[in-house]
Amino acid sequence: MANLSKTVPTTDDLKQRIEQALPGADVQVEDLNGGGDHFRAEVVSDRFDGLSRIEQHKLVYDVFGNEIGGAIHALSLKTSTPGGNQ
Amino acid sequence: MSTTNEEIHKFLEEAIAENEVMLFMKGTPDAPRCGFSMRTSGALTALGVRYAAMDILPDPRIREELSAISDWPTIPQLFVQGKLVGGCDIVMEMYETGELAELLGVDQPEDVEPEPPSVRPAAPMQLENRLEG
Repeated sequence: MANLSKTVPTTDDLKQRIEQALPGADVQVEDLNGGGDHFRAEVVSDRFDGLSRIEQHKLVYDVFGNEIGGAIHALSLKTSTPGGNQ
Repeated sequence: MSTTNEEIHKFLEEAIAENEVMLFMKGTPDAPRCGFSMRTSGALTALGVRYAAMDILPDPRIREELSAISDWPTIPQLFVQGKLVGGCDIVMEMYETGELAELLGVDQPEDVEPEPPSVRPAAPMQLENRLEG
C-alpha cells in the first residue's frame, strides 16, 4: 500500500502542478472513481483569454505530457476565464 | 504485421481529409469500449449527422500516429472538415450549448440531456480495455 500511494497521483498533486504552470489559476480537481487514474479538473485562468477551447485544454494537458494516457488514464477538463468563456 | 507506421500515418491523414465528420474512438458507435467514446459518438448520433468512425484499439500505433498528427493526447478525437474539434469534454460542452449542431449545420434537438449509459451486453474483455476503460 505504501508503494501504491507513492505512484498514484493525488488530486492535490494535480492541483499544485496546474497552479504552478498557470499562476493565479483557480483549480478544482476531483478523483472520479477514487482510483487515482480518472480525474476531472475545472480550471479558471486569465491565461485562457482569447484562446479556443482546444488551445485552453492543451495548455492543461501540456502540464502532464506523457502521463495523460499513462499514469493518469483520463483527465476530464472544464476550462474558463474569470470573465466567463468566449 | 507488415503495416508500417508511415502507412498508418498516411491512412489517418487521408481519413481526416476525406471524411467531413471523422471520429476516432475506442470501439465502434454500436459497441463503444469506453464511456468517453460512447458519449461522444452518442452526441453525433443524437444530432443525426453522418459521420465516419474508426476504432483505434486494434493496433496501439493508430493512437500513437493519431496523437502525432493532432497533438492531442486522449481518445476520442473528433475532426470536422479536417480540423480537430476536441475530445469528449469539448464535444459534449459544444453539444449542450448548441455549438456542435451549428458547426455541423444541423438543428439542435430539443432534448439534449446526455444519454444514460447504455445497458448493452459487455463486449469481450481484453486487457487493454480493462486498463484504459
